Amino acid sequence: METKNVMIVGVGGQGSLLASKLLGQVLLQQGYDVKVSEVHGMSQRGGSVVTYVRYGDRVASPVIDKGEADFIVSFELLEAARWVSFLRPGGQIVTSTQQIDPMPVVTGAAQYPENLVEKMRAAGAKVDALDCLALAKQAGSSKAVNIVLMGRLSHYFDLPQEAWQKAIEAIVPTKFLEMNKKAFELGKNA
Amino acid sequence: MKKLMLGNAAAARGLYEAGCAVVSSYPGTPSTEITEELAKYDEVYCEWAPNEKVAMEVAFGASLAGKRSFCGMKHVGLNVAADPLFTISYTGVNAGMVIAVADDAGMHSSQNEQDSRHYARASKVPMLEPSDAGEALAFAKKAYEISEQFDTPVFLKMCTRIAHSQSAVETSPRADVPAKPYEKNIGKYVMMPGNAIRRHPIVEERTRKLTEFAESSDLNRIEPGSDGSIGIITSSTSYQYVKEACGDRYPVLKLGMIWPLPEKKIRDFAAQVQRLIVVEELDPFIENHCRVLGLAVEGKSLFPPLGELSQNIVRDKLGIPRQQGPDLGEQVPARPPVMCAGCPHRGLFYTLNRNKCTVLGDIGCYTLGAVAPLAAIEMTACMGASVSAIHGFNKARGAESEHKTVAVIGDSTFMHSGMTGLANIAYNQSNSTVIILDNSITGMTGHQQNPTTGYNIKGDPAGKIDLESLCRAMGFARVRVVDPYDLDACDKAVKEELAAEEPSVIISRRPCALLKYVKHKPPLRVDPDKCVGCKSCMRIGCPAISVKDGKARVDETLCVGCGVCSQLCRVDAFESTAKEA
Repeated sequence: METKNVMIVGVGGQGSLLASKLLGQVLLQQGYDVKVSEVHGMSQRGGSVVTYVRYGDRVASPVIDKGEADFIVSFELLEAARWVSFLRPGGQIVTSTQQIDPMPVVTGAAQYPENLVEKMRAAGAKVDALDCLALAKQAGSSKAVNIVLMGRLSHYFDLPQEAWQKAIEAIVPTKFLEMNKKAFELGKNA
Repeated sequence: MKKLMLGNAAAARGLYEAGCAVVSSYPGTPSTEITEELAKYDEVYCEWAPNEKVAMEVAFGASLAGKRSFCGMKHVGLNVAADPLFTISYTGVNAGMVIAVADDAGMHSSQNEQDSRHYARASKVPMLEPSDAGEALAFAKKAYEISEQFDTPVFLKMCTRIAHSQSAVETSPRADVPAKPYEKNIGKYVMMPGNAIRRHPIVEERTRKLTEFAESSDLNRIEPGSDGSIGIITSSTSYQYVKEACGDRYPVLKLGMIWPLPEKKIRDFAAQVQRLIVVEELDPFIENHCRVLGLAVEGKSLFPPLGELSQNIVRDKLGIPRQQGPDLGEQVPARPPVMCAGCPHRGLFYTLNRNKCTVLGDIGCYTLGAVAPLAAIEMTACMGASVSAIHGFNKARGAESEHKTVAVIGDSTFMHSGMTGLANIAYNQSNSTVIILDNSITGMTGHQQNPTTGYNIKGDPAGKIDLESLCRAMGFARVRVVDPYDLDACDKAVKEELAAEEPSVIISRRPCALLKYVKHKPPLRVDPDKCVGCKSCMRIGCPAISVKDGKARVDETLCVGCGVCSQLCRVDAFESTAKEA
């Protein structure tokens, strides 16, 4: 199988590391070779962050380059737009519609761009945009946005549901398990 | 069963399996998790040292005593540890000693992108370079074998993409490695000139033997290709980019041991291919070795000497087509890192900015004090440079700068390299003001304990250095503590200490807002009827505050109720959300 590429992007502190851990776990259980590349350190402090998840028969590079991503999963609208050139032709964006102003917008040095979903579609990207924050709150915690997004992503993957459930159980603390399972379902069926 | 493991965790696993018994390191991205993961194994003694030089000397002492030892650091940390490194190369080891050094091409979290491979050649210490997590585990074990076989410390060289990428690894049980006896050996371990002169030829002979080892070791392997028009020599993450871009088309000489480099193996490989290309990040290290061998080689004529490489760069330079992604047709605003909401550094930097201080900075989260709108820091170079440089700055400019210049340095950075600079101020008497930003943790690298926190790497109670007593003992009569959430107190302290006619230390003390034990107040909100839209609160660059429709607004999911913004508001528009309850 040719290597498949999933980018998980967002703002430092939004929980992308847990999302990539979940996805990596599911894919490894399915018998794929998997590589997950993260960024630690300074950029985690509220900056733009990206995690690369790659899987297939034999994965070489730990990172995804421009024109290669099958999926971009985004916690934030502007971040989806920032990485859109990394999508391969025909690739799919799954994004939360949440907007977080970056510091240049906060200070008034820049404007938050408008109509980003339409612009990404006009550029040729397939875009699935949903309000993950609202769904996460519905599940019981605003922190579950990452699991809502993974639920939505699972909709595009031909993988058994038990695999996702098992991976969630392996990663999430017991006391938050039911809430996270609900978040996953809400994302999947959105 | 295969597990997904971070490169750093895999390196730690390899060290553990090889019987590593004593570990001393200083945190630094992207090396930190090797030591954090080692600390999870009960059989391994693990500690955070005050700096990398201390860490390496601790590891050396443990090796001398007969236990396999380890120290880990980032590339710039190796500069600090370079002094012991060059001489431990002469003494050699007793039990095996491994030094991990992690480079940061692309400077994801570093102040430069120096290439650590030069240290291996300069210090004559062998260096292994894994290309994924599996190799990080295997090479860590191999490093101990080489260390003991050749009587030398051994480098395990990581980089951001190996250290912070997960891939599948197989683990094994820990080997039972008995301690070696310690025997007094003055000729080997006391490096005074008479002995060192006799050790140097042994080091040169060792390098010759290691070069022979590099010729035959499977660490350096040739992977055949179907098209000999190009042959590629590569290592580390660059190897993965080459395989991604070229598959098995071109023959590849994959180097796992980057120093000393083989000669015959490289010559033989070069003879099989029409065009010899070296793909490596940063400096032309392998390429220059090929040139010394007299080979026609291409490398930096194709690939940049800065930043990270990638599969697309390899494709572009080798004429392999690639796909283009969608083009948005416009630039989107950048999202630089910022100080967190509630960060205790914010109030202090606001004060320094307001007092128009010249601020010499240091290495840590607080380096973000250089970013707009605070834009307070004017110099950052390396660990401890703020304290040493302010002395030089004030000696050069005298009273003109003494009353407006400050040095800012974090608690962990102060322990690392700030104390010696402070001793210099006390000894050579400059009227300098040093501000220690004591957030009770090593913040930027992800919350490691340090000698001022009172806890060790496992979170157990440990020795605690009292900063006030330390500064007083050095001869500073003026030492005061302020709460950076209290802007009036900060302003008063900075004004008074700058005005004083003697050196002083201000300790700006409040724990990092991200620490789990820190209890936060309820978030604030803005009363839109009171807010006049003056944007005074925007001057602190808090990510929780924005202005929408002419009124300030607080993001309640980010705000931790620190109240610094409310001290800037002239119309008292900030109120606690707790009032509802």
